[in-house]
Amino acid sequence: MIALLVRDLRLALRAGGGFGLGLAFFLILTVLVPFSVGPQSALLASIAPGVLWLGALLACLLSLDRLLALDFEDGTLDVLVTAPLPLEAALAIKGLAHWITTGLPLVVAAPALGVLLSLPPEGYLWLVVSLALGTPALSMIGTFGAALTVGIKRGGLLLSLLVLPLYVPTLIFGAEAARRGAQGMAVETPLLLLAGISLGTIALLPFAAAAALRMTIR
Amino acid sequence: MSVWEYANPVRFLALSAKVQPYAWGLAALGIATGLIWGFFGTPDDFRQGSTVKIIYLHVPAAWIAINAWIMMLLASLVWLVRRHHVSALAAKAAAPVGLVMTVIGLLTGAIWGQPMWGTWWAWDPRLTSFLILFLFYLGYIALWAAIEDPDTAADLTSILCLVGSVFALMSRYAVFFWSQGLHQGASLSLDKEENISNVFWLPLVISIAGFTLLFLALVLYRTGTEISLRRARALSTRMDRRA
Repeated sequence: MIALLVRDLRLALRAGGGFGLGLAFFLILTVLVPFSVGPQSALLASIAPGVLWLGALLACLLSLDRLLALDFEDGTLDVLVTAPLPLEAALAIKGLAHWITTGLPLVVAAPALGVLLSLPPEGYLWLVVSLALGTPALSMIGTFGAALTVGIKRGGLLLSLLVLPLYVPTLIFGAEAARRGAQGMAVETPLLLLAGISLGTIALLPFAAAAALRMTIR
Repeated sequence: MSVWEYANPVRFLALSAKVQPYAWGLAALGIATGLIWGFFGTPDDFRQGSTVKIIYLHVPAAWIAINAWIMMLLASLVWLVRRHHVSALAAKAAAPVGLVMTVIGLLTGAIWGQPMWGTWWAWDPRLTSFLILFLFYLGYIALWAAIEDPDTAADLTSILCLVGSVFALMSRYAVFFWSQGLHQGASLSLDKEENISNVFWLPLVISIAGFTLLFLALVLYRTGTEISLRRARALSTRMDRRA
C-alpha cells in the first residue's frame, strides 16, 4: 500500500505540475474574483470564504480525470484489480495520493489567497481547518466519480456532471464553517458535520468505487 | 407463482400489455377529474386567490419526481442483487420521466412563486434540493447514454443511483441547515393537522393518483421500448458476427 502511495506521489511529481496545476488554477480563480465583482474590500471580505471553498472544489475537480485515466491506459489498473491487495484499499490509497497532491497544497495556500480577498483575521484558522477537514471528502468522492467514468471515452465532462451534485453537502458545510469562522460565530456544528461527511466517504466510497471499477474491467 | 416470474421479459411484456390500457385510461380519468375539479370546482384561497390552483399540477409532479428516484433505487437494487434485465431497463426508462416531472415541479413552482413570493427563484431548502435532484437525474441519464455495453451501463448507473440516493438525502438536510425556508410545509401528510383544507384535498389526491398511474403507464411503455431496443441490438450484433 505504501509502495503504491509512493509510486502515485512520485508520478504526480515527475509528470510535471501534479502539485502545481491545481494550485495555479486556485490562484487564478482567486485573482479573477476581484476583477469580476469589484475591488471593494468589504464586499470581498464577505464573499472570501465561499469563493475560496469554491476555488478549492473546482481545483480538485480539474485534476480528477487524471486520477485513474492514465493507469487505465497503461494497464496498471488491470494489475491492481488482480493484485492480492484489495481493490478497495488500492482506491483509498489513490484517493489519499490525490488529496496529498491537490487537497493538501490548497489547504496550505488558502491563507495566502485569503489575504488577496481581504479575509477578516478571525477567519484564517477556520478556513484552514474547514478545508483540511473537507478536502479529503472531495478527493474520495472524486475517486468514486473517476472509477465510474474511467472506461468512457472523453469522460471528463461527464465526470464533472456526476461529481458536482455529490459535492453539494461538502461545499455547504465547508463554506458555512469558514463563513461562520470569519464572522466570529460558533463553528462546531458545521465542522462536525463536515468531518462526518469526510469520514463517511472514506469509509464507504472505496467500496462503491471498487465495485464500479470491477464492472468496467472484467 | 412469485413476482420474480415477471423478470422474464416475455412474461413482463404480456403483463404490461394487460395492465397498460387500464393504467392509461385511469391516469387520463384521474388527471382530467383532478385538474378540472381542481381548477373549476374549488373556491379561490382567501389569501392566494386563484393561483393556489397550480398545486394540482405542482404537488403531483413533485411527488412523482421524488418517488421516481426511489423506484429507480429499488429497481437498481434488484438488478444488482438478482440480475434481472427488466429491472435495470425499468430504472433506465423511469429516469427521463422523473427528470421531466422535476422540471414541471420547478417550472410550476416558479410560475406560482413569481406573484406570491415576488420572485421566480429563491435559494430555499426545498427548491434547492429539487434543483440538486434535477442534476442527479441529468448525471444518471448522461451516464446511461455514455456507456456502450448495456450490462456495464446498468451496473454503473445502479451504483451511481445508490450513492446518489445517499447524497441526495444528505444534500436535503445540508441545504436545510444552510438556508431558511420560504416554501410552506407539506400540503399532504399523514399528520392531519398539516393537511390543506378538505375542499382542496380530494381533487388533489385524485390528481396525485392520476399522475402516479401516468407514471406507471409511461414506465411500462418505455420499458417495453427498451426491451425491444435490447433485442434489436442483440440481433444486429449476431448479424455482424455472421457477416
